[in-house]
Formats: sequence, C-alpha cells, structure tokens
Amino acid sequence: MRAVVRNRVVRRVAGTLGTLFGVAVFVFVMLRAIPGDQITAGLGTEAAALTPAQRAALEHYYGLDQPLVTQFFSWLGNMFTGNFGYSARNQQSVLDLTVQSLPVTFELAVLSIVLALLIGVPLGMVSASKAGAPRDAVGQAVSLAGLSIPAFLLATTLLSISAASFGFNPNGQGFATLLEDPLLNLQQMVLPALVLGFGIAAPILRTTRAAVLEVRSHDFVRTARAKGVPERRLQVRHVLGNALVPIVTMTGLQFGYLLGGAVVVEQIFSVPGIGRQVLLGIQQKEYAVVQSTVLVIALAFVLVNLLTDVLYRIIDPRVRAS
Amino acid sequence: MTALRRSPAALAGSAVLAVLAGVAVLASFGLLPYDPIAQNPPARFQAPSGAHLFGTDQFGRDVFSRVAAGVGNSALIAVVAVAFATLIGTLGGLVSGFYRGWADGAIGGVTNVLFAFPPLLLALSLAAVLDRNWFTIAVAIAIVYVPIFIRVTRGPVLSLREIEYVKAAVATGQSRWQIMLRHVLPNITSIIVVQVALSLSWAVLTEASLSFLGLGTPPPAPSLGSMIFEARSLVFVAPWTLIAPGAVVVLLVVGLNLLGDGLRDTLDPRNRGRRS
Repeated sequence: MRAVVRNRVVRRVAGTLGTLFGVAVFVFVMLRAIPGDQITAGLGTEAAALTPAQRAALEHYYGLDQPLVTQFFSWLGNMFTGNFGYSARNQQSVLDLTVQSLPVTFELAVLSIVLALLIGVPLGMVSASKAGAPRDAVGQAVSLAGLSIPAFLLATTLLSISAASFGFNPNGQGFATLLEDPLLNLQQMVLPALVLGFGIAAPILRTTRAAVLEVRSHDFVRTARAKGVPERRLQVRHVLGNALVPIVTMTGLQFGYLLGGAVVVEQIFSVPGIGRQVLLGIQQKEYAVVQSTVLVIALAFVLVNLLTDVLYRIIDPRVRAS
Repeated sequence: MTALRRSPAALAGSAVLAVLAGVAVLASFGLLPYDPIAQNPPARFQAPSGAHLFGTDQFGRDVFSRVAAGVGNSALIAVVAVAFATLIGTLGGLVSGFYRGWADGAIGGVTNVLFAFPPLLLALSLAAVLDRNWFTIAVAIAIVYVPIFIRVTRGPVLSLREIEYVKAAVATGQSRWQIMLRHVLPNITSIIVVQVALSLSWAVLTEASLSFLGLGTPPPAPSLGSMIFEARSLVFVAPWTLIAPGAVVVLLVVGLNLLGDGLRDTLDPRNRGRRS
C-alpha cells in the first residue's frame, strides 16, 4: 500500500520535472521568436549606428553567436547556479530583483486568499443552506459580480474614489516592505488585496456551495442530525469538514494564479511584485528579465499546484487509503 | 435552443448579448452617430446629452461610438480566439483520448507545459513577443485556452471509447477518424458548447486586461480596456469616460457568464437531473 503511494508521489515529481523542462524550452523559444534581435531591442534606435564589427562583438559577448541549443543549456545552467541575468536599467541582477519582488507578490497573494476565503466560504455556506431562496440569489449575484467585474476596473474605481473622496492613497508614496514599515505596508496592501480577494471569492463561493450541497445529500448527515448533533456543529464539523477537499483544491489553484495573475493590480497600485517585474521587463524590452522571471513564476506556480495536490491527499482520507 | 428556454439565466444572458451584438454589428457597418476615432477638440469633455449619448472624451471623440466599436473589436478577438482554441483543443482532446499511447503522452506533455503558466501571464508574454494586431492578440489568447479544451474533451472521450457502440463501429472496420468524428464527437458537443460560452467570458476579460496594460489592440482603434486606461485620470473631470466602457465590459461578461452558467446547468450531463 505504502509503496503504491510512494510510487505515485515519485511519478508525480518526475512528471513535474519534465513539465518544468518543457516550460524552460517554451519560454526560451518564445523569446527567440521576437521580431528583430535582442541587441536591436535593447539599444533601440542606437542599434542602427553599430558597425558590423561592433554588432558581432556584442553578439559574441552575449553568446548570441552560439547555436540555439548551446544558448539554451547555458541559460538553464546559469539559472541553476543562481545567475538569472542582469537588468541594465535597474543596475541589478535579475536574482536580486526577484528576491525583492517575489515576497511582495507572495504577501499580496496570501492576503487576497484570506479575504477571498472570509467572503467566499461563509457566503457559499449561506447560499447552500437554502438553495433557491433569496439568500442563495444574493450569493449567486455576488459570485457573478466577482467573475464579471474586471480587476482593473474595480482597482481603478476604488483607487480614484479612495484617493479623492477619503484622501486615502497610501500607494502614492514609495512602497514599504512588511519588514521596513509594517503599518504602511498593510495600508498599501489593503486595496489591492480587496480587489484580488473579491475576484477570487467568486470561484471559492461557487465551489463551497456546490460541495456543501453535495455533502448534505449524504446519509451520514441525516444520521448525525437524527443523533441530535447541534445544527451549528453539524454544519461546521460534518458538512464543511467533508466539503473541504474541493475548497482546498480551488484555493490552491487560485493562489497559483495570483503569482503571475496579479500583474494588472500590481501595476495599478504600484506594488513592486513579480508580475510587475515581467511587465516592466516587457515594456523596457529587457528580455533577460522577462525570460528568467517568467520561468521563476512558472516554477512557483507548478510547486503550488504540487503542494495543493499533496495537501489534498493528506486531508482526504479516501485518497490516502486508496 | 430548448436548453435556452429551460434556463432563465441563459435566456437573460442571450438577451444582453443580442443587444450588444446588434450594436457591434451596426458599428462594423459604420452605422454610428460619429466616427469613433475622429478627434474634435472644441467638443472635448462634453457631458452625456442628446447629441452625445455617453458624452465625449479628452479629444472630443464620441464615447458612445467608441464604446460600440470597442465592443465589436473585443467580441471579434474573443470569438476568433475561442474558435481557434475550440478547434485545436477539441481535436487534441479527441486524438489524445482516442489514440492513447504516444500521441496522448505528447499532447499531455504540451498541455502540462501550457498549464504551468498563470493564464494572464502567458497571454501577456505571448502578446508581447508577437507582432501586435488584433489577430495576433487572438492567437495569444487562443494558445492559453487550448489546453483547457484538450482536458475537457479528453476525459469523456476516454470513457466513450469503451462504450459498446463505439466498439461496434471499430468492429465494422470504420476508420478511426470516421469513428471519432461521427460517433464520439457528437456525444461531447454539449460539454464543448458549455466550455465555449465560459471561455468567451474569460477571453473578453483577458483581451480587456491586455489592452488596459497597453499590450492589446494598438491605438487609436477603440478597445474597452484601453478606454478605461485612458479614463483613469479623467474620472473626476469626465466620469462618463470611465463609466460607459466599464459598464459595457461588465455587461458583456455578465451576459456571457449567465449564458455559460445556464447552459452548464441544463446541458452538461454531469449536472443533468440535479440543480447545482
């Protein structure tokens, strides 16, 4: 039994490594498909002034005269040794940039998920407590709004209203990390986390509602009620407890999405997260930054999904046993 | 059609979409009160009135005409993107589930790689490297949604190929492609239809997000996302420049979501017989 489980875990990890290799190839090929070459992209109009010899020297310096396969493995090898490339605009290595931006996005993602769970799970349970009733309609309307209002629209509106009407615009000043100034940091995080949390609350609400409805139809719930288990305890311990698996899976999935998907909200609120790092890299045509950062995000995304998968195996005794 | 009649949500969604589609069609034939990109500086920042239903923007352009043309552009990109994704993804899912073996392994590998990116990030990176026009934006969005269609079709195909009548078709010596297209595909259409409706709403949101970030349809072509981006700083001078495109993009996505949810509740065999 144990060996089977271990085999499955080994297969899952091996599969993940294969996927990550594929991701690296994909990112590499994608950025080589850019019209024009990196030197022109990096220097802009100045590139026209290069003599062929200067261009050849630059190509040699950046290793662009090597075969593509060599370039790919040299990039991948560098990534393994922590050399993610260098951002000329920021005068910093991409590794340093990432070390600063990844925790910011991580914090934002955690706060958003907490808010989303606080909105989504109770509303989902209320919605499911009487399917078809007015309270269910309210839940459905909230989830429809969460799914349909684009994050950039909500963010833009919230930012304008809070800044103009309440004079609350903590994101107008320089960004403070959680360690530098926790109070300012939380103020700067509250609006972006609200926007993202509202959007993610929708799928969590729907998942909770569907799972609770499904669990409630089982005999054990009726048995527990007949046994005289108090209603509150029944709802939390018996119903929600058993509905947890899909909710955890959905939460993990959404957390992963946030790692790169928060880019729009990060941009609007000037939160220096990893999504914004990619966007700036694209805007400033610094493809070394884009290439390595996208790979880091994909790695984080895959790891979060893997962890969710493991967590779900731990919570669900049925999966554990089979 | 019967599915639509059975679901009030789907019906409401289609009604909203019909109105927006009507406006977009009028826009595509140039039947708008004003040219959506013609500037008219003396008429800038006019509040909504009879002459300008949704007012004018910072260049004196008519916001109603721009929104109408923007709906058309967004819808075109979303429809083309989802059409590509449906075609390629369904084909991939069919081959993957029916042939199994190495084809399944290869398609599964590609699917896993594409699923390893947060969707918006993938669309963003692709849009950045492709030469930017409406078609390449559609292709970028399509690539993001291909793996979803592969995964949605592969499962049902796997179970269908074990069913008696498919086995019977194999026994009568029909070719695999004949069986896939004639016996398997018709049985998964409802799943695909539901996925198409839901994907359209995501595609509209993705397109709007890309153009908000300046990576969508290049200006001056009107696009709902870039209109909202430009209106950011004008909220208090001319709120209608934000409200009009904002309300329309929400309406469009609500319409698609209602239609998708309604179709899922009535068409998806997994939901049939129980209210979800």
